[in-house]
Amino acid sequence: MAEIKLVPKGKIGITVEAEVIRPDVFAGLPKEEIEALHVWQGPRELPLSEFFEVEVRAGETPVDTKIIIDGDVSRVKRIGQGMKSGKIEILGNVGMHLGAEMAGGSIFVQGSAGSWTGMEMKGGLLQIAGDAGDHVGSAYRGSWRGMTGGQIQIEGNAQSQLGGGLVGGSIIVAGNVENFCGIRQSGGLILVKGNAVRGLGAEMAGGIIAIFGEIKQFCPGFIDAGREENPKVGELQLEGKFNKFTGDFALSKNPKGLLYCREV
Amino acid sequence: MAANSVKTNTVKTNPTNLMIIKNGYVFDPLNAINGEVKDIFIKDGKVVSGLSGPETRDATVIDARGKTVMPGGVDSHSHVAGAKVNAGRLMRPEDHYRSVRKKTDLTHSGSGYTVPSVYKQGYDYAAMGYTTVFEAAMPPLEARHTHEEMRSTPILDMGAYMVLGNNWFVMRYLKEGDIEKAAAYVAWMMRTHKAYGIKCVNPAGVENWGWAKNVRSLDEPNMHFEVTSREIIRGLAEVNEMLGLPMSLHLHANNLGHPGNWEVARDSLMITSALDPKSKTDLEWAETKESARRKQTVYLAHAQFSAYGGSSWRDFCSGAPELTKYINQVDNVVIDSGSVPFGPATAMTGDGPAIHDLYTLTGQKWSNCDIEMECGSGVISLAYFKSSPVHSIMWAVGLEVLLLVDDPWKTIMTTDHPNGGIFTQYPQLITWLMSKKARDDTAKECHKWAYEKSSLGGVDREMSLYEIAILTRANSARTIGMSYRKGHLGLGADGDVTIYDLDPTKLNVNDSKNLISRLSRPDYTIKDGQIVARQGEVVAVPEGRRYYCQPYVDETVEKEMMADVKDWFKYYTVGFANYPVPEKYLKNPVAIPVNMPLEAVARR
Repeated sequence: MAEIKLVPKGKIGITVEAEVIRPDVFAGLPKEEIEALHVWQGPRELPLSEFFEVEVRAGETPVDTKIIIDGDVSRVKRIGQGMKSGKIEILGNVGMHLGAEMAGGSIFVQGSAGSWTGMEMKGGLLQIAGDAGDHVGSAYRGSWRGMTGGQIQIEGNAQSQLGGGLVGGSIIVAGNVENFCGIRQSGGLILVKGNAVRGLGAEMAGGIIAIFGEIKQFCPGFIDAGREENPKVGELQLEGKFNKFTGDFALSKNPKGLLYCREV
Repeated sequence: MAANSVKTNTVKTNPTNLMIIKNGYVFDPLNAINGEVKDIFIKDGKVVSGLSGPETRDATVIDARGKTVMPGGVDSHSHVAGAKVNAGRLMRPEDHYRSVRKKTDLTHSGSGYTVPSVYKQGYDYAAMGYTTVFEAAMPPLEARHTHEEMRSTPILDMGAYMVLGNNWFVMRYLKEGDIEKAAAYVAWMMRTHKAYGIKCVNPAGVENWGWAKNVRSLDEPNMHFEVTSREIIRGLAEVNEMLGLPMSLHLHANNLGHPGNWEVARDSLMITSALDPKSKTDLEWAETKESARRKQTVYLAHAQFSAYGGSSWRDFCSGAPELTKYINQVDNVVIDSGSVPFGPATAMTGDGPAIHDLYTLTGQKWSNCDIEMECGSGVISLAYFKSSPVHSIMWAVGLEVLLLVDDPWKTIMTTDHPNGGIFTQYPQLITWLMSKKARDDTAKECHKWAYEKSSLGGVDREMSLYEIAILTRANSARTIGMSYRKGHLGLGADGDVTIYDLDPTKLNVNDSKNLISRLSRPDYTIKDGQIVARQGEVVAVPEGRRYYCQPYVDETVEKEMMADVKDWFKYYTVGFANYPVPEKYLKNPVAIPVNMPLEAVARR
């Protein structure tokens, strides 16, 4: 496997939009051409080398290419956007839109990720060791079709509207979520091992949400659908006793959303 | 995304504004030129018969050998400016972020697919070979906003039709049978709001929608005003011909979008059959071989949405064969198609209840707005799918209404942008009109209802480039009365020309991919003798003109009418002084005086 190492040159002021940082773009390119790729900073288009030192042991094909970002890129957006294969490893925090619309390959973040991580993701694996911001795996503003495939794993906490408009794939959060997790969800799976604040599954029409911790304000549009022990949700085998609900009846007469809440 | 290719353009645009387009195959239906090899000369923005020796040396010469030359495209029905268009932009951020246009040294940035920003709209139309676009529905109270957006639209020549079919004053005068006052009111409103034509949207029905009702037939009196759709259509059409406007009444029929509505559409078209088209404009007409005067007394908008059979969505089918049968029998009707080329769309119309019906069907996000004493409006996001039985029929109907009308001079090709589809899909539409194979190939991808519940599968007609030129420029210009300068290349016409990289002698109409790409990115778009786009890239950004009509009636009628207006103006939320749109809102305004010198307006 070929490796391309990007080392941030210093602090970034206005955020940089770098959708060119993806294995399928870098694959087979010599160092100079990678350095010359354009990124946006505000209204200006600048070469990647303005912000990063580039070290290359180049791979020929995207699948063979791994990008390592050695440092903090919390002010760099759109890394891995639309990527179809290969690997990205980020050894620090990362900014918004990480892996948005990605269709394959994998991204690993040692630190935390910003909002819109995995927005409208179609496939692949996105792992965050730290926390994530709002709108993880959700639809773009104005749209009701979010993530359709792949998996997002978050070891820490996520903020609001995680999995908004989720159509397929799965999101697993080891920590807590805030408001409106799974709003407008129509398919796929969300597993929250911690707590949620309010609006969990609001306007849900299909798919599954499972939660281990507490829900501060339960959505009024869900009705009781019995209890289940050690249920299997999607690919996942859960352990413990769960109360099962269907909803959200606030949206339609025949909603297919399922909400599993573990008994504490 | 547009590249920075502006600098690489090598064609010199001569400051003397002299141009020769040499050796192209010219398609100019209003001059009965059908693919003859011919040179076009343009001087100071107008088509001339030739240039002098020294002028020829100075002229920009374009070699169009082996290419197709047509007058600049004219879109007579498109929603491109005003409050509802902007509402569509505001409520659809998801429509914008994937469709972006980069700023160049010459052009603004822009975004939006189904409802592009004003700049992107202008560039995209010009890059596709269109130079003239008319906004299909301008509510009087939103006229200022509409003119502001038209002022900011680059390159295109524009104008807007004013929505009057549910206007309180119009309905009151028609109920009272006072057609003279109705004419005086319409004349004053057109001058006040700088409108080009009269649009009539779901007459009588939109007024009822203020009370959550609609009308279902032509003879159902509406609430409070107790006037019927038939009376409004006849009244406004009469007013139109009494004043002598350049275009006829433009009708959006009742029951739009409902199964079985073809009958209402046909009956609506019958209402004006006794009227004679009469334009009382004193304009200088460019020379044409064929008559450039409109023949119709009613111009039906987006016929596709009004040509449905069946009685519910379960037995839904095409009603186009029945509707077009009537159109084939008469000479006073023109339709535009409002075809559905599949994909994302945004429905926007003055027909508020129709939008609500769409919401109950689709559950999509929607908006509605009541325009006080004048009209209504609504917007909803949509997508048309080949897998959907209903959408597949709509696709078929949108082509049937063009292919089943024998005389192309009764039809205009549109998508009712952005209702049935997006104007940038016109090239795709043309391939279906020109090739049966292209239609059959698409039908195979559609739900089987596309051919089972329409007559399209049995239609063998394939349109020629000459007919396409009629449907996309000559007839659209003639129908709205702009053929005094647009839609043809006769002497004195505007120097608006589109050169497609298509050799008509070697044309393979079944190669849809090639045809679409050649039609989408013409070699040249020329406006007023200046190259504005080259192979899909905008290379010059001149300011277009804004056309509007200034009809006049005798002072005494106008005085009586104004007394009524001032009396009822207390119901408006705006002050009378703030109501008119001053001419400063229009860039390069072209006022067309109508009924000057004054002829008394009276019922024949």
